[in-house]
Parts: sequence; C-alpha cells; structure tokens
Amino acid sequence: MNRFLKDKEHLVRMAALFAAGVVLFLILQAVLVPKGFGVYGHYRAGALADNRVRVPRFAGRAACIECHTDERDAWKGGKHAGVGCEACHGALAKHAADPSAANAFKPDPKTICFTCHVANVAKPKKFPQIDPKDHFDGGACNGCHSPHAPDKGPAK
Amino acid sequence: MEEGLLHAVQGYMYPNEMELQWSILIVLYPFITGLVAGAFILASLERVFNVAAVKPTYRLALLSALAFLLVAPLPLQLHLGHPERSLEMYLTPHTSSAMAMFGFIYLWYLTAVLVLEIWLDYRKDMVLLARSETGWKKTLYRVLTLGVDNISEESLRIDDRLGRFITIIGIPSAFLLHGYVGFIFGSVKANPWWSTPVMPIVFLFSAIVSGIALVLLMYMLVCFLKGTPIDIPCVDTIARYLMYAFLIDFSLEMLDLIHRIYEADESFKSLDFMVHTRLYTSQILVQIIFGTIVPISMLAFIQVVKLSEAARKGIYVLAGLLTLMGIFAMRWNVVIGGQLFSKSFLGYTTYKMAFATKEGLLPAIVLMVLPFGILWVLVKVLPPFEEEKAAV
Amino acid sequence: MISDRRDFLLTAGKLLVLTAPAAAYLEAVETGRAEEPAYRTAEHYWGMIVDVEKCIGCGNCVRACKTENDVPLEPTFFRTWVERYHVAEGSEHPDVDSPDGGFNGFSEKYAAGDGAKSFFVPKLCNQCAHSPCTQVCPVGATFESPDGAVLVDKTYCLGCRYCVQACPYGCRFIDPRTRTVDKCNLCYHRITKGLTTACCESCPTGARQLVDLKDPKDPVHEFLRNHKVQVLKPQLATGAKVFYNGLDGSVR
Repeated sequence: MNRFLKDKEHLVRMAALFAAGVVLFLILQAVLVPKGFGVYGHYRAGALADNRVRVPRFAGRAACIECHTDERDAWKGGKHAGVGCEACHGALAKHAADPSAANAFKPDPKTICFTCHVANVAKPKKFPQIDPKDHFDGGACNGCHSPHAPDKGPAK
Repeated sequence: MEEGLLHAVQGYMYPNEMELQWSILIVLYPFITGLVAGAFILASLERVFNVAAVKPTYRLALLSALAFLLVAPLPLQLHLGHPERSLEMYLTPHTSSAMAMFGFIYLWYLTAVLVLEIWLDYRKDMVLLARSETGWKKTLYRVLTLGVDNISEESLRIDDRLGRFITIIGIPSAFLLHGYVGFIFGSVKANPWWSTPVMPIVFLFSAIVSGIALVLLMYMLVCFLKGTPIDIPCVDTIARYLMYAFLIDFSLEMLDLIHRIYEADESFKSLDFMVHTRLYTSQILVQIIFGTIVPISMLAFIQVVKLSEAARKGIYVLAGLLTLMGIFAMRWNVVIGGQLFSKSFLGYTTYKMAFATKEGLLPAIVLMVLPFGILWVLVKVLPPFEEEKAAV
Repeated sequence: MISDRRDFLLTAGKLLVLTAPAAAYLEAVETGRAEEPAYRTAEHYWGMIVDVEKCIGCGNCVRACKTENDVPLEPTFFRTWVERYHVAEGSEHPDVDSPDGGFNGFSEKYAAGDGAKSFFVPKLCNQCAHSPCTQVCPVGATFESPDGAVLVDKTYCLGCRYCVQACPYGCRFIDPRTRTVDKCNLCYHRITKGLTTACCESCPTGARQLVDLKDPKDPVHEFLRNHKVQVLKPQLATGAKVFYNGLDGSVR
C-alpha cells in the first residue's frame, strides 16, 4: 500500500478535498431544497397552492343574479344577455360578499355605453356602433335604451 | 420611465418587450468566459501539441484564465432579481435549461481543470516557497501544497503526466465552457437573431480569438513592466495562431450572414433594418471593419512582408487591442442586438445604458478591471516566469 | 371519567390528538367554501378561445386583468393586452398599435373606406403545452401545472429573465416590485373555484372564452369542430392552447 502511495500523497489529499466538496454539496442539497419539490414535476408543489391564494375581485355574473332577480329577468331576455354585470359595473366581489357594506358602482348612463358602442373602423361590421354626434348628441343613452336590455324601451 | 421608453420605440413592439431584459452585464459575461476559454486553449497548445514557442506564456495564460473565471459569475449576480437565490441553480437544476447545466460546467472547469492544472504545474514552486518563506507566507504556501513537502523526481513526473491528462480533458472542457454560452443563445427559437446552430461554434472561435489576443497583450505588457526582453519567436507564433483562429471565426460569421441574406426568412427584413440603423456602428464599423478585417489584414500582412521586430511588436499590440474591441462588439451585437427588435418583426427599441446603477456602465468597467487586480495578486503568489523561481 | 391529574392529562392529550385532524379537515373544507366540491387538477385541462371576429377593442379585459391580478399600472407591463391591426391591400406589413395595451380602448385613427381591413386581436399567455419558457427556466420557478396552466413560483424565481427571452409571444415581464417574473396565469385562483377568468368575465361580446378541454360538456369541442382556428406562431410548435378564430395571416 505504502509503495503504491509513495510520491502520490498530495494527489490523495487533493482527491479528499474534492470528495469533501461533493459531500458538502449533497448535504446542502438535502437541507436547502424546499419541501415538496419534484412531486408533480420540476417545481415546488406548494407553488400550485400559492397561485390559488389570491382573493377574486370580480364576483362573476352568477353571484349577482342570485339577489338581483328583476335585473336578471330583464337582462336574460334582451340583447345584453351575453354581457356580464361587472363588464359595466366594475369589480363587485366585495359587494357580493357583503351587500350592505360596499356601495356597488353605478356607471354614468351618458358615457358608459361609449366604451363599447362608439364607432370604430376596426370593430366588426355587424357590431352595433354609433357616432355620438350623429346619434342624439348630448342625450343620455338610457333615455331610449334600457341598459340591461337595450333593444327594449327605457328602464322604468 | 414609460415616457422615455415610448419615445425610444419605433414601429410596433409587444408592450412587454419595450424594455431590454439583458444589459451590458450580460454582454460582459460571454466576453469574460470567452477570454478564459481562449487563454486556456492557447496554454494547452504548448502542453498537448508541443508547440514549444509559446511556452513562455504558459503559466501567465493559466493565471489570466483563473483571474477572469473568478470574476465571471459577478455580472450575473448583479443582474439577478434575487441573487440570494442563485444557489437554487445548483440545488434544483432544471436539466432542460442550458443556463442551469452551465453552472455545473463552470464548476467543473474551475475546479477539476483550471485550479487542478495550475496546482499541479506550480506544486514544486509552492513547496520550495513553503520551505524558504517565513511568517504568514510560509503558512499560505503550506496550505496551498496541502501540507505535502514531497517534490521527488517521481512525484514531479506523476504531476506532469496527470497535468498533461488534465490538459487533454481541459481542451474539450474549454470548448464546452464557451460553446455552452453560445448554446444558451443559439437554442432560443423565439429569437431569430440568436437561433442558429452555428452560434456555439461562432462563440467558441471568437472566444479563442479573444483569449489569444489577451495572452499576447498580457505577455507583452508584463515583459515591458518588468523590463525583460520579449521572446520574439513566441509572440510571432501566438500572432500566427491568432490570425488562423480569426480567419476561421470570420468565415463562420460571414457564412451565417450570407445564409440569412440568401434565405431571407420572415425575420430578415426586420433584422436587416436593425443592422443598417440601430446596430450599424457597433456591428459594421466596430465589429466587422475595425474589429475583424483590419486586425486580420495587419496580421496577414506580416506573414507576407518581412518587417522589423519593432514594427511587428507594434502591430501585435494594435491588432491585439482591435481584436479585443471587435470580440467585445460581437458579444454586444448578439446580446443587445437580439433585444433591439420586436418579435412581431414590426418595431425597434433602444438600449438606454445608465452609468452608476446596478446594471450600468460603471459596474461593468469595475468588473472588467477587477480580473487584472486579481491577476496581480496571483502573479505575486504564483510567479509565472522562470527567473523568479526560488532557489531549491 | 377523570379521577386524578394523570388521568386528566391522558384524556386531554387524546382529545387534542383527535381534534387536530378534525380541525384540519374543517379548515380544508372551510377555505374551499363548504358547498363547492374540491378542485381536482386531474379533471381539467385549461385553454382559451379568442374570437377575433367578435372583439370590439373596448379594453374591458385589460382593465379587468389589471384590477383582478394587481398588475402594475406603470410602466408598460401587461398580463393581457389588445392589438389593433390595419392591413392595407398589397402592403408589405400591417400597421399595428396597442396604446397602453388597450387599457383605455382605442380612439379612431383610421378613416372608413380607405380600402384597408382592420380588426382587434387580444393577446395573452398561450399556456403552451410544450412551453419554451418552462424549458429554459434554470431552477423550476415556472412550470406547466397538471391541469394545463403555465404558472410562476414567485418565491423561487431568480429574476434571471431567460424565460422572458424564450417566450415567442412577449407575454412575460419582470414585476419591478417583486423582481421576479410575472405573466397571465389564467386567473388560476378563479378557475380552480369554478369561476371564469377576469378577462372572460368582463368581455361584453364573448370574444374571450375560457375552455376546459377535458370536460366533455364544454362547448369548446363543438366550436373547434365548426370553426377554422389557429394558434399564434404555429411554426414554433409551442403547443399553444389559446385558439384564435378568424385570425388573419397578417397577425404577428
């Protein structure tokens, strides 16, 4: 053994240093890699839950029509049946969770309609669009159109 | 910041594209690792291919490579959003990611190739210094020799054989070191300026060119500072190898360019416009004309027309400096150029480089100067030239 | 029956051990809203349909997404945005604009009857099945979930920006507040609760529809059978799962 190692001791020590480095690395890996890493794929399993933690700000139309049955009946029968409540009324999850607390946003009927219905060359031809100056300039839209069912008469 | 960005954009860019992701620090990184790979390959010319003429630069090349390799991770750390998490690349490397696997190649090259080769080559000197020095220096050398005092003929012979073996492994390792950096860019299919199979090879050869130029200049500088005469056959040989490597590098880059122009795929018009406008100075003028064609012509001229030693030395310095400038410009044109155009092929943005910010020009300058500081220390601890060896 | 201190401690200990799993169960049910069935990732495979022929460029989706997901308003970062295309006959390339991502809608820029066609194209993360961004992430901070959403682990991301470079669609950005990457995650917190995404909820024309490719009752199957759809940049084979109906060849 000694004859073999004669003149090679420095190499043995260097090899031991490398081995120590590898061991250190393996220890670090065992200690520092987060729990749940690699369970479903090359990622931390907890990240799935992390992405689900956020509290929704939009309630979704199903929540609104639980309570607002009159509006629902008008809405479902008219041309805005495909338009969600929050498309005009904004994010309402807080209101849906506690209807008494947060005031729901009531958009201005003179301007809210322009968001979608102002004429623009890039809009699909079949989409109903108007030039506000030509179409009862200055008048409130809900003078003739019920916001929830615009093909029917004004809201009562 | 948005105001400034919008004015810098011409045409249409996807909204998230307007701001550049990778800054000058990411230009520095391939430049530095390229110098390392190139310096090492020059050193290995002597060891493996027995090109005796370049022997005087052998140790200096290795020490230069080490100095630059130690600095290489620093621009990356400055760039990361969370540098404190960078160990994750070693703990949970994503094997499909070239960037992750590169971490291991870097580690392999630093420890198993470069440090080991330097250690084996210097072991006799370090043992002699451990014997002759006193105080903290003695302790330093004893630690560096791992406490082993044996420098018998047999042990030195073993060292030499092992060193030769490591150099042989080291050459493909150096190829891998910098070829991989090329692959990091070349494998991104989303970016047509980067995506080409020739990228790793172009990066590798430009690395060799820059490394050889660096060693040439370092050797001449060190000799000048110490007042020792420059070994003329040595620099003549190095300059010849520089020319050969440069010719191959230039041919590869021209091949890629001609191919692009000929095929003219969907990205071509946009890239062509970018090169003629936003990238004109750095690509056409700095990289191609003054950074490649001029130094190659100067070196080729020397092969054909016999000039005096003094004239040759002057040309080597100038060609070496122009080469380094040209290779730096090449890294700039790849990294920055790849982000100046939109992936919609309809627009262009501008790189606004700040000065004294985390990723500005100032840290870039400091990071380029730092390796020379480290090299100065290394040269003091591990003297690279024959006449400085301690007496037995 | 408690007779002395030792018995008391033993009984209390047993009760404690028994109530712990009960408490955990209750907590799991409560946080998931007791009346909803638990979400099983294996039962879903998410995608989206975008109908270019229906988009009116109102910008509701852009605003809703920023509200729902806390996307920075300044400077220009978007999880979703809308582009307007103006394609003149015989022109080499379209004119495209996206003022503030479409956040404030689009003011009229073109005259009717100029002989060109124009339309709006909403863009978002394509939730690629073979996503190049996942492929290049060095640490596993972005990944394809088992139910088909490409998500980001913000506690693990280094901010190296390689994924931003690798995405062909420009849908990723670095959030300056967290210095990690951010992008559309298909409102994962909503779709796992039976809600639709914020952008689909607020779209007035139904131009954006969340689809569950694993649900046999989802209208997506019939839609894909009856319409000619494309994905963006199909030549890059990203396995994109956002299907565009009516996509013009000029769209980038």
